[in-house]
Formats: sequence, structure tokens, C-alpha cells
Amino acid sequence: MDLVTRRRFLLASGVAGGTALVGGAAGLSLAELLRSGDREPAGASGGPAKVVLVTLYGGNDGLNTVIPYADPAYRAARPDLAYRPEEVLRLDDALGLNPVMGGLKRMWDDKRLAVVLGVGYPRPDRSHFRSMDIWQTASPAGPVSTGWVGRWLDGTDAPLEAAVSFEPVLPPLLVGRSRIGVCVSYRGVSLPSWADAGLVAALGRAEPGEPEMQRQAAAAYGDLLTMAQVLRETERPGTASDAALDPPDTATGTGGSNALAAQLALVTRCIEAGVPTRVYSVSLGGFDTHAQERTGHEALLKQLDDALTTFVTAMARTPAGRNVTVVVYSEFGRRVRANASDGTDHGTAGPVFVLGPSVVGGLYGEQPSLRDLDDGDLKASTDFRAVFGTVLASVLQADPAQYIDGYRGSPLPFVRTA
Amino acid sequence: MPDDVALLLRRAGFGPTAAELAAARQVGYAATVSAKLFPPGPDIGATMAPLPQLGPDPYAGRPNPSAAQRAAADEQRRAQAEQLSRWWLDRMTVADHQAAEKLVFFWHGHWATSITKVKSPQLMLAQHRTIRQAGDVAALARAMVVDPALVHWLDGQLNAKDAPNENLGRELFELFLLGIGRYGETDVKEAGRALTGWQIDLAGERTVFDPRRHDRGAKTVLGTTARMDARDLVDLLLKHPACPRFIASRLWFRYASSVAPIPPEVRERMAAHFPDPGAMLRALFAEDAFRATAGTMVKQPVEWLVGAMRQLGVRPGNAPAETVSQILDGLAGLGQRPFTPPSVGGWPSGAAWLTSAAAQVRLTLAAKLARLLDPGRMTPQDVAYMLGIDRWTDRTYAVLRDASNSRLLLTLALVSPEYLVT
Repeated sequence: MDLVTRRRFLLASGVAGGTALVGGAAGLSLAELLRSGDREPAGASGGPAKVVLVTLYGGNDGLNTVIPYADPAYRAARPDLAYRPEEVLRLDDALGLNPVMGGLKRMWDDKRLAVVLGVGYPRPDRSHFRSMDIWQTASPAGPVSTGWVGRWLDGTDAPLEAAVSFEPVLPPLLVGRSRIGVCVSYRGVSLPSWADAGLVAALGRAEPGEPEMQRQAAAAYGDLLTMAQVLRETERPGTASDAALDPPDTATGTGGSNALAAQLALVTRCIEAGVPTRVYSVSLGGFDTHAQERTGHEALLKQLDDALTTFVTAMARTPAGRNVTVVVYSEFGRRVRANASDGTDHGTAGPVFVLGPSVVGGLYGEQPSLRDLDDGDLKASTDFRAVFGTVLASVLQADPAQYIDGYRGSPLPFVRTA
Repeated sequence: MPDDVALLLRRAGFGPTAAELAAARQVGYAATVSAKLFPPGPDIGATMAPLPQLGPDPYAGRPNPSAAQRAAADEQRRAQAEQLSRWWLDRMTVADHQAAEKLVFFWHGHWATSITKVKSPQLMLAQHRTIRQAGDVAALARAMVVDPALVHWLDGQLNAKDAPNENLGRELFELFLLGIGRYGETDVKEAGRALTGWQIDLAGERTVFDPRRHDRGAKTVLGTTARMDARDLVDLLLKHPACPRFIASRLWFRYASSVAPIPPEVRERMAAHFPDPGAMLRALFAEDAFRATAGTMVKQPVEWLVGAMRQLGVRPGNAPAETVSQILDGLAGLGQRPFTPPSVGGWPSGAAWLTSAAAQVRLTLAAKLARLLDPGRMTPQDVAYMLGIDRWTDRTYAVLRDASNSRLLLTLALVSPEYLVT
């Protein structure tokens, strides 16, 4: 898809599910991506700093993730959903992590986990699709056609592989005006036994003058062959089976992947191969827990905790990995009060996790009050643009004000800068 | 123009057979639109695939199943769900009234409900029957707001006056009837209150209204204050001027272009025929703007598969159960297993179907289809005629010419870029 078509595609995506761009759209296969690593040997310094953005689709319940266990108002608002003080993994005498997040707790103890509290934006929108757009475009004022990473790609004239998504579809986050991040499928590929690679390759050639979609249908066969080859040549990443990764079925589907571990395994592989990508985008879906929340939410947090722990442990092993920072966010938190269904409805502010070898652990910002509510919802205490602005300033060494409209102030000190 | 007629039938239905295409060309584009797409009378072809009898939900009337009962019930549900999906694929393939059949599929994606959460094949079939039997958009909306599968999917059965659950109310505004930006947060909360009180009767395959759980107080939605219930709320939304336009734009999105927005004048002319979806579609097909979208839409996997089966003259109802099972798994691999939309926002669209991962699944699936028939000797031209392809590109022609046998030739034609786009 050419840039103009792709941008129109995005602009037209007002309604649900339409935020989708396509795998391989920018014409970079996993093989080519890994090969690009040869150009830039990491060396002892580990190369430039990198960020991995983890998007939790569906609206993660922040109050049951970073739990204000000591506040009686927490328990009063959601008696059947609340965790008891002795259950949580304590961060301090007011807040604790969900009991299933043992890995993140260890990172906290190692001072490698920063928790930014009460992150949101003015005049919260409770549509999954619009709110996610706001986070990814960093434009709460109104819809814009570029993501904040996409604008950084534009501004730095970044090479094709500078921003990569291992999600099923390319998120608006990575869409710029003239540059667009690359989408790479995380699933293994192989040709059916009868399929002659020569025939498939021939089918994958572009025909001059054919319609854009037809050209793209052809390109997918070319990509398939390249990826089939590279996956034969190299060891397969640790892809867990689909069945084991099924999201809990208590949540209404709202997008996102269910294979976070597989996506992060590919990120690990790219970083260890010295690929010059600066921004990786991965996701986990299923957080829309309107009913019978506790079991489903715990399963998701466990999946998140396991995947992040494995990833950060791997990162700590190499010089390149030690320059990697992970940011975990969701489009909104959930209502303070539980609904009648042992679940929670769409809310507002929530915590953002920042973790990795160069992160300065600790709490940032202020936990929103459970008494001073905005129509039953938490009041955000930190603007999300401060978090992404810090990523731009401290990880990507860019000027946040250039890429985030309305960014003010100085970066939060959660990343150690050299 | 012959090309326009092919475009029309490909978009309005799942994929015309060579005979259907020839017949439509005989009467011409305009007459096909006005008289042939939604013919009166019963669908003779469809009588070969009557609605299936699934038997009762194994969980119905069994409130506290043992582990063994649970395992047996899950297995039974899995088999029933497969029977249901197999039946629908068969029905889409054999139906003569293709436009009506395609519209059912459209509404399934619009009121997108997935069996992965609903679990009960009986409730999914009940919803399917509701979609099929609803006279128009308004009747459908009134039925859907209390449809047991949709209610369960969006937690409506848990929505009670003491602590309303707003999941269903919100999507009613945003995804089903008005579109984003036409309402406020208070409207969503108030709508949630109007929708309280509905419970699911699994054995009866229906919802029942429990007045004790219903919030009888006054609600203010979109500026109207009344003691609204579910029906009142839906009627209020249906009367909103944004509703016909929103439905028109969703039809445009699936039938004309998922990339270009609907031209305002087309939207108005379609909306004038609300709530009759067939008439809205006829208005769309009469537009030059519709014909101008030729070559820009990627076939959804179900369109691709059902179209191929129709053109190849094979039907799931006659294929070995194991093959149909593999075909359904293939559809899942392509991202479109019927009754399993990925999100409440419905199926993806356009280039999202063209990943390299999908390319791989498509190769396997096409080969499976080609093995279901004995094509005899065929040339690339024969296959183009069979599949309703206007002409092969030089690239594809060269590939097809070199295919060593007819099954391989058919397989490659089915996965060709020309066949994936309409």
C-alpha cells in the first residue's frame, strides 16, 4: 500500500476494528529485518536506547493491578472484587501489586520497575476505540492522522526498520505523515508440501498497473516465501501454542493480540541480533472485564507478568538489552465501583508500568483519591503525554514538544540517562 | 457494461457462478438491481439446507454439573457448534437468493457476537434466526437488544438496577445504531439503566424480563426524559437522524469501500430508504460511486471461500465431515470463522486480510477445495470463466499456463491476486 492510500485507510477507520493497518504493509519481512542487524554491530555499548511499548487492549482495571489495599474506600467500592491487604504484593504501606504479579514484584525489589500513578488525559472518553486512538496519537483534543511515534519517525527521517510492530495489525501509534512503522507477523510459516516455491514466487510478483489491493495480495506471497526461508534457517522462537494463550472468555473482544510472549520472544531475537529498531510495539488483548472479572483479569495479569519477566531477564543478559525500556499502558482504567456483575465498567485513569535494566524504580506521580471522584471515576493526576514525552526525551533522545502537542514540563526521572 | 454486472454480483452475493453471471448480463445491470437481487417468493436452493436441529444445550437445566458432566457437555457443545458452522457455510453456498444471504452475514458482523464467550450454540442459532427473520433494520434492532446471545456477550444479564452494567448500552450507541460522537457519557449511563432487568433462560433459548431487577425510574437519553425500558431506548435511537446515516455508512463500508468514506449525497439517498436494508442496498448499487470502487475491495475470507465453492460446484453439505472441519479451521486461520468475530467491532477489512500468514493458510485451503472435484482438462481461460475473472494479468497467466495439472491450476487461480480482490 502506498503511503497516501495507507493514510486514507487510517483516516477512514473511525469505527471499531478499523484502526487496523496491515502486516507486511511497509514491505519489510522478518528476514529483511533480521538481516538489517548486520549493518550495526551492537558492540559493548549496546547501541542506541530502545523502547518496547506494550498495549493492553480493553481497558485494564488499574485499581486491581496496583491496589490501594490500605484504603477502606477501595474495599467499600468493590467488596467482592477487592483484594485483602494480606493478599497483595506490597510496594509500600498504601499500594500493592496484584498477587499474581510476582515477577514484577521482584523487579520492584531490584529497583527496575517504575509505576506511574493515575495516568490519564483531560475529558476522558470511554469508547475503547477512541480512547486508544487518543493514547496512540497523543492528541486528546481531536482526531489526528498520525501517532506520536509516527511523528518521531517523520521528524528524524527514520529508516524503514526504526519502528516495528509484532501485532496482527499495525497500530496508529506507528503511523507518520511520510514514514510508517513495519508490521511483522509473529507466527511461523511454511509452504504446503505440494506448493512449488517457484510458482508461489511467480504469483508474488507485482504486475505493472494493477490495482493497489491486488498488488498487495501478490506481495503477501513474496513475504511468505522470505519468512518461510528465514524461519527454516534460524531457530524458531519460543512460540507458545495458541490454545495455551487463549484469552479468558469473560471479556468482550476489543482487539489486541493474545500472544504477548511470542511477540516479546521476537523482540528479544531482534535485539540480540543487533537490529537497529528503536521502537517496538506489542500487545495483549482481553482486558474488557465487565463481568466475573477476578479470574479472567488474574489470568491476563499473570500472562503479562510471565511475558515481561522472561523478557526483562533476557534483556539483562546483553549490552544491547540493557538499553531497553518497556512501557505498559492501557486505553483507560475501570470504574471505581464494581458493577452488579462482579466486573467493572469503562473508567478513566490507571497506572503505567515502566521497566527494564536502565529504569529507576519507584512510584511516580500521585495515586488518585478514592473519595474525590469525577462522577464515580478516578481523576487523573499525571497526563499520559508526560510519560510518552519522557520516553521521547530519555530513550529516543528527542524533543518531546516537537512530537507531542501540548507537552509541557520536564521529563519524569524514571529512566537513567547516560 | 459486463464488468459492472460481475462487480454487482460479487459484491451483492458471495460469488456468482458462470451461469448466474450470464443470466444477469442478459437482463442487464439496472434490471438486476431493481428486480433480481431480492426476488419475491421462497429460496428454492436454500431448501436444501434448512435450519439445523441442534438439540438442547447440554448445560440447560443443569445448574451444578460435576466435572465429568462438564467435560461431556463441553464436548457436545463443540460438536453442536461445528454442526452449526458447517450448516451456515452450506446454506450460503446453496442459497439462490444470494443478496439476502450475504446481508445475513453483514448483520452477523454488525451485531458482532462471538461464540467464544457466549458458549451456547443454541443461543448463537437463536440469534442467527432472529437476524434472518427480522423484517428490517428497526425490527432487527428491537429484537437484538434483548437477544440472549448478544445480551450475554455484552453482560446484559448482569445489568441490574442496583449497579448497572453499561457494556451493552455503550455499544448500542457506538457500534450498532448511531456511531461514535453522537452521544455523551451520561447518555451511555442512562441507557444502561433503561436496559436493566433482562435475564437469560438457557433452556428456553430466550431472555426473560425480571421487573425486580429493572430500574423503573426516569432516564434522560439524548435530551429525552422518560421511564424508558429497552424497547423505548431502541425506538428513541432508531428515530435519531444519525441512525439511518450510520447504517448507510456501514453498508457502504462492507459493500463499496472500507477505505474511502461514503460520499454525503450517496449516504442521504441510501438513508432515505431506511429501515429497509434491501432498498438501501439497491440505492447504493444504483450509484456511479459504487461502480467506481471496482478493484478496491479485498474479499473477506468467507466471501472468498463460499464464492469459490459455488463456482466450483462443491458444497460443504456433501463434503466429508473431516474436510469441512479442516475448512472451518482454515477460516479460523484466515481470521474469519463464522460465529467468531474477533471483537464487538466486527471483522477486519481491506488489506488486513492480506498478511503473509493468511497467504499460507489460503494456499492450503485452496488445495483442499480443488481436491473436492475432478476438474478434467482445463485451460487458464476455462478457469477464468468458471471463477468469473475478467482477465488474468500476464503474471498470473504465465503461472497458470505452467501448472502441471488441472487441480494445481485451479488451486493457483483461487489464490491469485486477481481472485482475492473485487
